[in-house]
Amino acid sequence: MLIPHPLLGLRDSSEFVYLGDAVLLDRPDGMAPDAAARFHEYVHLRDNPAGLHRELWFHEQGDRSWLVVTRNTVTHEILGAELASTAKLKGGAA
Amino acid sequence: MPAVAYSGFRVIRESLTGHRGWKPVWRDPQPQPAYDFIIVGGGGHGLATAYYLATVFRQARIAVLEKSWLGSGNIGRNTTIIRSNYLLPGNEPFYEFSMKLWENLEQELNFNAMVSQRGILNLIHSDGQRDAYRRRGNAMILAGADAELLDREQVRAMYPWLNFDNARFPIKGGLLQRRAGTARHDGVAWGYARGADRAGVDLIQNCEVTGFRIENGRIRGVETSRGPIAAGKVGVAVAGSSGRVMAMAGMRLPIESHVLQAFVTEGLKPAIDGVITFGAGHFYVSQSDKGGLVFGGDIDGYNSYAQRGNLAVIEDVTQGGMALMPMIGRARLLRVWGGIMDMSMDGSPIIDRTPVEGLYLNAGWCYGGFKATPASGYAFAHLLATGTPHDTARLMRLDRFERGYPIDEKGMGATPNLH
Repeated sequence: MLIPHPLLGLRDSSEFVYLGDAVLLDRPDGMAPDAAARFHEYVHLRDNPAGLHRELWFHEQGDRSWLVVTRNTVTHEILGAELASTAKLKGGAA
Repeated sequence: MPAVAYSGFRVIRESLTGHRGWKPVWRDPQPQPAYDFIIVGGGGHGLATAYYLATVFRQARIAVLEKSWLGSGNIGRNTTIIRSNYLLPGNEPFYEFSMKLWENLEQELNFNAMVSQRGILNLIHSDGQRDAYRRRGNAMILAGADAELLDREQVRAMYPWLNFDNARFPIKGGLLQRRAGTARHDGVAWGYARGADRAGVDLIQNCEVTGFRIENGRIRGVETSRGPIAAGKVGVAVAGSSGRVMAMAGMRLPIESHVLQAFVTEGLKPAIDGVITFGAGHFYVSQSDKGGLVFGGDIDGYNSYAQRGNLAVIEDVTQGGMALMPMIGRARLLRVWGGIMDMSMDGSPIIDRTPVEGLYLNAGWCYGGFKATPASGYAFAHLLATGTPHDTARLMRLDRFERGYPIDEKGMGATPNLH
């Protein structure tokens, strides 16, 4: 799989380390009254969709940036990638 | 259906009469409007569940719904290894229970599943690893399993062609479980399917569950591609599709679906009479009865529902093989395939009820579901029939993550792609 890095162009996915669903950008508020329940959902539960999936990849063998990659989990087709910092500024995984 | 037993005498008789006496092994029934128990998923675990539900727990009106053909998923895609060399209390007694069921499986099913207790050897490459395996071996023995710690020379006597003097990962010994081995994966599915059918279970193929009928928090039945079917209790055993199926009941699971690749070489002369695992990388190998070297390694590491993986992991696995046994470089790869693993957040499975009354879940087998097939079916049938967990599966709860009681065999935390 080739990941279209927004700064470096097409890079082989083997240069990256995979973390998981991009909802991990939306860390819950630890001071909220229901923090324990929300952290359980955040840490453990996943949508695990068959189809489009927004997910976090770390360019460990490259510029060490975190990317949010949109990929089809049924076909492995990659539809786009952006810097996780940009995605976060736009409102996290939404 | 008349119960026709298989035997050596029968094979001889059929061979003398032109093999005209063999009949289809199970019926192809139309779905009834209602059942007491519906098992979703006609793979190894689902078929075993139906078999034990009908035989051991004496339940009737059972159906197995399979969207494709029986045994079309991971039961036909694995590397056929059976073993009970786990560490933790929530796992090891369960897998040892499974091992004991394997040992009597063929007699019980009257079906040749080619269970071969050829032993599994986990190699040791460092002093720390020896300590870890000594602890694991003791945990196995405490749970009633067998384990032997071998030194370097004992390993050399078994497999002299291993790369003992690899500069980075010299082989210093191994943990051997002699009762472990391999089984014919498809034969296991067929044996359970035949046994379940003979016990009156309806095995309904090409019948995809498209929704659950839930009223006031209780399951009433399922919607399928062949019409609605009412049910008292529904058990879901769909491995890599667990997330998709349980989403129809409004549930999010502590599971990610990942692809795992497996490999087989061309047929070779007998070379490996057991199962060997490389301790310094993720690589394991055995030799099939046809002669092919069957091996595998890590999952690809990203969420996937495609039953195929990528080249980077193929290179990684074969490099592990080259480090362990350089002679494998002379073998030509015959086939590579992938299966979808339901990777749980702690690497251990789930056999439990769900928040929907009457709906039960059997999932999270990661890439270790094959060896668990008999115990998984037995424990799931126990749960479905009695409403209480089987003693060996009582820690495999769905809510253990929320309560803080994961069964984290590798101590990796909630990182499904690393288990």
